[in-house]
Amino acid sequence: MTENLSFDTAPAVESASRPTTTVVVAGDYLNKLTGEKIERECKDKIDAGAREIVVDFSQTDIINSIGISILLGVIDNAQMAGAKVVFADLKPESAELFDMLGLTKHVTIQ
Amino acid sequence: MLEQSPKLIHAFGALAELGQEVANKNNFQETIRTSLHLLSGALGIMRGGVARYSRYARELNMLAVRGLGDDFPLSLSVCVEDERQFLTNGLNAIDAHAARVLPFFQVYATSFERRRIELFVPLIIRDEIVGGLFLGEKATGEAYSSYEKEIICAMGRHIGVAISQRNLLAEIERHSEENRKLFDDLRRTYADTVKAFATAIDCKDKYTEGHSVRVGKYSELIATELEWSPEQIEGAATAGYLHDVGKLTVERKIINAPYRINAKESAELNKHPVVGFEILQAIHHPFTDVPLAAKYHHERLDGRGYPDGLYDREIPYIAKVVNLADSFDAMTTDRPYKARRPAIDVVDDLRRNAGKQFAPELVVAFLRGVLRELKSETKDRRFRRLLGREYMEAEGLRPAISHALNELEPTTTLTYIADQTN
Repeated sequence: MTENLSFDTAPAVESASRPTTTVVVAGDYLNKLTGEKIERECKDKIDAGAREIVVDFSQTDIINSIGISILLGVIDNAQMAGAKVVFADLKPESAELFDMLGLTKHVTIQ
Repeated sequence: MLEQSPKLIHAFGALAELGQEVANKNNFQETIRTSLHLLSGALGIMRGGVARYSRYARELNMLAVRGLGDDFPLSLSVCVEDERQFLTNGLNAIDAHAARVLPFFQVYATSFERRRIELFVPLIIRDEIVGGLFLGEKATGEAYSSYEKEIICAMGRHIGVAISQRNLLAEIERHSEENRKLFDDLRRTYADTVKAFATAIDCKDKYTEGHSVRVGKYSELIATELEWSPEQIEGAATAGYLHDVGKLTVERKIINAPYRINAKESAELNKHPVVGFEILQAIHHPFTDVPLAAKYHHERLDGRGYPDGLYDREIPYIAKVVNLADSFDAMTTDRPYKARRPAIDVVDDLRRNAGKQFAPELVVAFLRGVLRELKSETKDRRFRRLLGREYMEAEGLRPAISHALNELEPTTTLTYIADQTN
């Protein structure tokens, strides 16, 4: 089952969910505005019982420090709830950045 | 160091963004929240918080937190010893575990351990603690390197400056509010004193009781009609209230004489403007023209007034306002030797003497105010309250005022233009 969600600003983030897995699609630029939407969405899904969060980075070209901080929040929140975080379709530069800052130690890369 | 370059570039990018964030006029809370994001994201810090220090309460109060959970204290007490050590340490990262000798790290050891707080950075700006950074473990699980601590301190300095600026602004606002209240109190005291003086002046003259108060009110009405600023209107009222203060030194029998006074008595009475000026000059008034109004309120545009026989533009404007208010009250109140004149006569007198005794534009403003009240164009009933309903509703008064205004308004424009060219 796939559930499409829309947001009130530019379609930077889209998400779909199965009962225990949530797929969150990050937009082309992961910053405070789009990042906070992802964080809120992930938290809501975890609270609703999701046990796997898949963040789809296929459209993401730029991630700034605020975006990193928000992803750390997503990871932390998921870990506290015993949920798993998956980063999918990462661009090589993003993967390098996540690896350098240690995010990849806490997530599964697809 | 070469392999650290991408990390450094990433961190410097965050530092640049932080500088911009602090410099922007954003909401303070939002700035702090963004700052914490930038700091966490720059070095991959899992959790942390930014607190503001209250030196009065000796407390660090959390402004923004990330991942610290609901059980982490939002307000942390700091003792004198902690404060002293933080100041000695300066804006440098303190290893929370190694600093257990300090009461602060002992008291909150459980909370710090539970949320894996590794570093505390006291934010010290201009030798004062303004806040603190609480930083959890890095996502890499590695210990903080010395250069990362340097970056944290550099970013901490920006955040500290933002907090310090906010504190200064709050202090300025507080002082400004206190000053405003003090100023209001002083203004009230001044206004009350002025009114008390006016009452004291009026008490001396039993036949013209309330004259100074009425002249104050008429002067205020004229200034209002002229659309002066609130301060100028208050100044005009004050000048009216105090215009006869010099009469305090004139013998009561002269002031209260139930007959036309003789030349000697008149000379004595005519000293009151200068005496009033001398009394008022010694006081520091918020409105500079008050003593001048007292001195020149008996001057006339045609130079036939006293004490100096000044002509039109030599007369201070406020004195012209008070002169009109004073004369109007003299004509509209009963005197021991003369009953008050009918309203239509008074209007006619003002019209005829505009340009001789009174400034025409002031007569126009004054009569326009009366007419607006008669036409119920204003909710105010100030003239009715001062003159009595019956007096104001005298037959033919409205046409008389309209006639006077029609005659005077073109003249006032010319006078105004003439004033501008000189």
